[in-house]
Amino acid sequence: MEAMSEKQTTTSAAFLATLKRDLLIAFKKKNDIVNPFMFFIIVVSLFPIGISPESDRLTEIAAGVIWISVLLASMLSMDNLYRADFEDGSLEQLLLSPHPLFFLVLAKNISHWLVSGLPVVLVSPLLAYMLALPEEAYLILVLSLLLGTPIMSLIGSIAVALTVGLGSRGLILAVITLPMSVPVLIFGTLAVQSTLNSQSPLGYLSLMLVMLSVSVSLAPLASAAALKISVN
Amino acid sequence: MLSARQLFCERDDRVLFQNLDFDLAEGQVLQVQGSNGSGKTTLLRILCGLNDSYAGSIRWYGQEIEEQAAAFFASLLYIGHRVGVSKVLTPIENLRWSCSLKQAVNDDQIMSALKEVGLRGFEESPCYTLSAGQQQRVSLARLLISPAKLWVLDEPFTTLDTKGVAQLESILQDQAQAGGAVMVTTHHQLTIPELSLLSLG
Repeated sequence: MEAMSEKQTTTSAAFLATLKRDLLIAFKKKNDIVNPFMFFIIVVSLFPIGISPESDRLTEIAAGVIWISVLLASMLSMDNLYRADFEDGSLEQLLLSPHPLFFLVLAKNISHWLVSGLPVVLVSPLLAYMLALPEEAYLILVLSLLLGTPIMSLIGSIAVALTVGLGSRGLILAVITLPMSVPVLIFGTLAVQSTLNSQSPLGYLSLMLVMLSVSVSLAPLASAAALKISVN
Repeated sequence: MLSARQLFCERDDRVLFQNLDFDLAEGQVLQVQGSNGSGKTTLLRILCGLNDSYAGSIRWYGQEIEEQAAAFFASLLYIGHRVGVSKVLTPIENLRWSCSLKQAVNDDQIMSALKEVGLRGFEESPCYTLSAGQQQRVSLARLLISPAKLWVLDEPFTTLDTKGVAQLESILQDQAQAGGAVMVTTHHQLTIPELSLLSLG
């Protein structure tokens, strides 16, 4: 037993190995990264065409349009999180690790956000420009997305973990995830709107920061418990 | 090392097994037998803690497994029907991850294990280009790297060729002789001297 425990990895090594593996898989299956990203850009670009190219009107709806599109794009990418692992048995191996599942699930969530959330945040100023959002609001938009997209990934992870064992999921993922994401949507758009009305967005941003800290500390626990139920 | 008492499991109102008692000692290979649907896979998953819809007690060195999950998982290696090999990754990338969930490994260990199971030259090919038997071999390479005391293997022989079957039998025998234990389901006739049988259904 002694010799064995010497060889055992530390939790941080298992965390890094999981993070590295998921990033590697994402870069080998480029569709999974590119599809939600393209979807986001396409949805946002439809609004000026469908509503009006007038910049006054667009300015009014810009923040909401971007936030809703981010939400929808994140729904599209969620399914990649555990599905393949469930099907090839890697998920069972993950659950049988001696390390706390919290950190391994968190590693998967972080990797998922890096490939699906971060690109959307980075391209958002470009789309904000297209929707005639005034320049002073760019920074707040990016900040609010930086805080909000990881929350969506973490919440979505719980729903995916719960439904990964079901054969046909259809809309159930959206039914579970979207209501829980509404507060993020509200505070995210309000932060940008308040900047446009020359008010301070700090209150909304700090609320989002609180929501992010709560999700980081609790959502992986819920995901881990849900995964255990799904493989049962 | 592992003892199960009064195990009872029911699935969809059908009793799979009841009053099931068995012990697994160091140096033993236990083959679980039974017809299709008799609950072999369910039994293995229960023992690994992947399935908790059972009644009874499972002890690992005298202590219930739920009470010492981390220590138990550290000495357990499970390979199920779904072997845990990601199709987009190469064998070496797969093993880097699945091994490092349990213990520290370096690439030399992985390379020599892959060579041992006959995957030399395939180390860098994505697993979707490998055959089912070769993918099974990727997961079996973990047996050569793992220091785990207890191996739980669900139908590890199914996709292997005759040479692979002989090799796996000798790997199992080595594990038993080194003081480990193996629990395995298969319909295959095993010729290991340490073998004992458990029949279900």
